[in-house]
Amino acid sequence: MEKRTDKNTYTVIFAIGMVLVVGSLLAYLASSLKPRISENQRLEKQQNILYAMGINDNDETSAVFISTDKAPEAFDANVQDQLVITVDANGTIVKKQSRDEYFEETNQEPYLIDVKKQQASAKDGGERKLPLFVGANKEGKTVYVAPIYGKGLWDAIWGYVAMDENMVVQGAYFDHKGETPGLGANIKQRYFMDDFTGEHLLSNSGEFKGITVAKGNADPKNNNKTDNEVDAIAGATITGDGVSAMIKKDLKLYKPYFDNLKNQAK
Amino acid sequence: MGLLSKKDTKLITDPLADNNPITIQVLGICSALAITAELEASIVMSISVLFVMGVGNVVISLMRNIIPSKIRIIAQLIVVATLVIIVDLVLKAFAYELSKTLSVFVGLIITNCIIMGRFEAFALGNGPWRSFLDGIGNALGYAVILIIVGFFRELLGSGTLLGIPVLGDPIEKTGLYAFGYENNGFMLLSPMALIVVGIIIWVQRTRNKALVED
Repeated sequence: MEKRTDKNTYTVIFAIGMVLVVGSLLAYLASSLKPRISENQRLEKQQNILYAMGINDNDETSAVFISTDKAPEAFDANVQDQLVITVDANGTIVKKQSRDEYFEETNQEPYLIDVKKQQASAKDGGERKLPLFVGANKEGKTVYVAPIYGKGLWDAIWGYVAMDENMVVQGAYFDHKGETPGLGANIKQRYFMDDFTGEHLLSNSGEFKGITVAKGNADPKNNNKTDNEVDAIAGATITGDGVSAMIKKDLKLYKPYFDNLKNQAK
Repeated sequence: MGLLSKKDTKLITDPLADNNPITIQVLGICSALAITAELEASIVMSISVLFVMGVGNVVISLMRNIIPSKIRIIAQLIVVATLVIIVDLVLKAFAYELSKTLSVFVGLIITNCIIMGRFEAFALGNGPWRSFLDGIGNALGYAVILIIVGFFRELLGSGTLLGIPVLGDPIEKTGLYAFGYENNGFMLLSPMALIVVGIIIWVQRTRNKALVED
């Protein structure tokens, strides 16, 4: 005898019913939790930028953000301006706006600019908006924080790099969506991120060279800060290559801004 | 035991050794390879699987009489995926820091064949309480192997446990490294997880001949 649940009509009705129940449950949850989630993500961006600037609660070995309740206050206090530099497809600066000018035009905070969307726009030959956060680090030195975005082995990777006006790295923060735990996921560990501090993005002759995550560079302690290399993570070659690539591609675009800055100072 | 009958206790203890999901049923090998380079990741994954298997088995068991057999695999997949997404969303809203640590595991849990395997083999034919125990038992059996593999891979591969250096400093050449010991970077790569699991299977079958198949 055929069971009731084996009938085709029952199967179809069950499938439709299940999809409706599960779909509406998830849709309801997603939309009701969305405000909280995007608020968390907004605070995280502030924490990331502050982290790269050196405003964090790091202990000896692990990376700790400034707490979420202190982040907005610290962000206002430490980030003096959020510049938006618009470049055309050739990387020439078209427009430079302060935070207030940009906010007036778009009603959006520059730190919420989606780097991925800007990359896509530049790829189609359009303009690209480059946010740059200017602030003072713990020692009172002026640093410039730029967001970067790229791809690792499995999914997106991104980060924030703080530089001084000579494009020497003052601090870096990296994060990822789905790199392998224990291997590629370690790009957000202190031992990897800290290696970037003090590293030069420009070559000795002043050309933009980036920083390569290099295997076996005979400098595991990273004493040589002008070799444009940091030590890679064992077993995470592709994620490391992704980090090198996003630094090269995204930070290069900021070079004209720093060139201008130096020319003005002269 | 007052709480559990003998038969129920077996549901928990069997998967820990003689019916271990990884070494005997050979389920869940993929995630055992992927995330055991560090002990911490192994533990986090074990806890996540424990939760999803316990709840998932109960849900499937409650639905066992209404799920059409023709589309049962898809129905199971939807249950796991829904559970995992709900957990992910709730964590993102209320425990954002934790959700960032766990988000990597979400995809791995949905595709973990232990979960589907136990739904199919046990929860579809048994009541909710027994299914719950079966889920917990198998998740613990999975956890034991994951933690053993994670322990050896992190210790021999990086010289650390839970991120804390235990063998000295490989760069400063202190501790064990002063005698010429080197970390085995090969331990960090997935093939070594397979070899460690292989060794566990070997040891287990040597001790219990009943497990050896002809």
